[in-house]
Amino acid sequence: MDPRIIIETQALTQVYGMGDASVVALDAVDLQIETGEFVAIMGPSGSGKSTLMHILGCLAKPTRGRYILGGENTSDLNKTALAHFRNQKIGFVFQAYNLLPRTNALRNVILPLQYDRLFDWSLEAMEAKAFEVLKLVGLEDRIYHQPQELSGGQQQRVAIARALVKDPLLIIADEPTGNLDSKSGQEIMSVLHQLHDAGTTIVMVTHDPETASHTEREIHLFDGRIDNVVTNGKKNSKRRPKEGVK
Amino acid sequence: MKPIEVLRIAWEAVGKNKVRSLLTMLGIIIGVSAVIIMVSISAGTEKTIEEQITNLGSDLIFISPNFSQGGFRGGPGAAEGGLVFDDAFAIAELNGVKGVVVEQNASQDVRAGNVALQGVSILGTTADFPSVRDYQIDQGRYFNELEVDRTQNVAVLGASLAQELFADSDPIGQDIVVGSTRLTVIGIMAERGLVGDVDYDARLYIPVSVVFKRFTDNQFSRIIGDRVRMIYVELENPETMDDTILQIELMLAKRHDVSLEEPDFTVTTQQDIIGTQEATTAAFRSLLSWVAGVSLLVGGIGIMNIMLVSVTERTREIGIRQSVGATPNDIRAQFLAEALMLSLVGGLIGVLVGGGGASLFGSLSDMRTVIVPISIFLSFSSAALVGIFFGFYPANQAANLDPIEALRYE
Repeated sequence: MDPRIIIETQALTQVYGMGDASVVALDAVDLQIETGEFVAIMGPSGSGKSTLMHILGCLAKPTRGRYILGGENTSDLNKTALAHFRNQKIGFVFQAYNLLPRTNALRNVILPLQYDRLFDWSLEAMEAKAFEVLKLVGLEDRIYHQPQELSGGQQQRVAIARALVKDPLLIIADEPTGNLDSKSGQEIMSVLHQLHDAGTTIVMVTHDPETASHTEREIHLFDGRIDNVVTNGKKNSKRRPKEGVK
Repeated sequence: MKPIEVLRIAWEAVGKNKVRSLLTMLGIIIGVSAVIIMVSISAGTEKTIEEQITNLGSDLIFISPNFSQGGFRGGPGAAEGGLVFDDAFAIAELNGVKGVVVEQNASQDVRAGNVALQGVSILGTTADFPSVRDYQIDQGRYFNELEVDRTQNVAVLGASLAQELFADSDPIGQDIVVGSTRLTVIGIMAERGLVGDVDYDARLYIPVSVVFKRFTDNQFSRIIGDRVRMIYVELENPETMDDTILQIELMLAKRHDVSLEEPDFTVTTQQDIIGTQEATTAAFRSLLSWVAGVSLLVGGIGIMNIMLVSVTERTREIGIRQSVGATPNDIRAQFLAEALMLSLVGGLIGVLVGGGGASLFGSLSDMRTVIVPISIFLSFSSAALVGIFFGFYPANQAANLDPIEALRYE
């Protein structure tokens, strides 16, 4: 296998429901994403992009097919192993921020470190690490603010810091600008581009063509299949995107 | 996640909804404190009875009229209607009997010089009372059989009664007026203190015949003989107790003209009393454990209910934690810790309320209470067990939530 490939799906299929009422949300999707790529997944509602994102984020298991992340097949993992996988390899950025309420920014960012099974973090080490990533997203002066005291853009930056704190293989962003005004949205996109420039792999689900056009590759889904792939290819020239479509 | 962190989160969750947490804990608080208070009352009662039994002296048997058999048959004569004073004399004649005491209570106003006391408790007894009841004389002497026989107007004072009536002067040989009867003080008892509810030091001891003659308002007593409620018999040798009891029974049956199968009296030994006491205590204990069990069950259901609410309320938080890597076990531990926290804090408050309540109960009412440490330990640990048991189902619900569903929850 090409060592640059970080995500590979083989005939990924997700079926909800049973019998006549069953719905095929993903229909044998084959997809490859390279390390350091910035990919947008697009498509109308019901096209399967959320389902694909959940599987890529190890939040759900496919009905059929294989999902290989960082060289490891995740299809056979149980709930606990999937949780470890999410903790070690994936950072999420959600549309609704999903920060813990009444919990300050620092505590929110620490959260993934507290569930780390491979390394026993001291509180000081956790706070130092959290402060480092909060600084990276420009919130070093807001670390003791609780979510309700922060603007939407600031909350989303806390969420990005939380996604980054464990140095994940992959960041999955689900409509990261969906709840924000255009100015804040641009700020968040520039943070994501900054991360991308630093080498982070980002898969972003969006329905906004403008936002998607700033990524290296747009994967358009329709009725659970990959309908079209647009290579923008104007970003980082060192990592030339590779066609991963059947 | 580190256990300390799990506990911190649980503590925050409990602290965030103080009123709700307190209401949830109420069941546990009531359960735990009820156990402690009830055990302390039962232990206090036991202790009182135990003391009474030891204070009665050993080798004692008690004879009481058996009303269910004897009833009030009416008619004159000593042979019918339970125990009479003459029975005591007859028993005293038997072999193996060391002493016989008859007791009759009364209450009268007592005056000595210009000191007057109202409603002094009077105990009419016989001459053997000090030896049978193992009670010392401090000054003077106790009245003898002759004085009882002749209904002599003599009196022996309890220690504190003597102090109240005569202060520092010597009471021996002085007269006191009881009701309208003048009695001569011949002795003072040693200090005994409270036994059960009875203050031995505040009583007046006089011949039982004087009580019958002067202080009993029984218009029939002249006709049917002086009834007594209880005859105390001290035995010479406890090993021949059964023989002596048989003799007493045969003799009383003959005097009362009843058969041994249907006697109008009951002979009770110390062993019988202890046995009855133990049976009562055992019944009380089993009742108590049911009450405790039910209230802890109710408390546990309360915890389960509120934990289910808590899981629902925090579905999104669960989803967030799952998305950053919390395993089902992490989530389960978090909610179990919360349930445990509720039951432990509730248990702790229950221990405080129970301990305080038991002391308060003991000081405000006549009931004596003794706080038993093991009851504190047992009720507290059952509260913890209840927390784990009833917390498990909600915690499992939380642990099995689907992360995607949980994140979508509004």
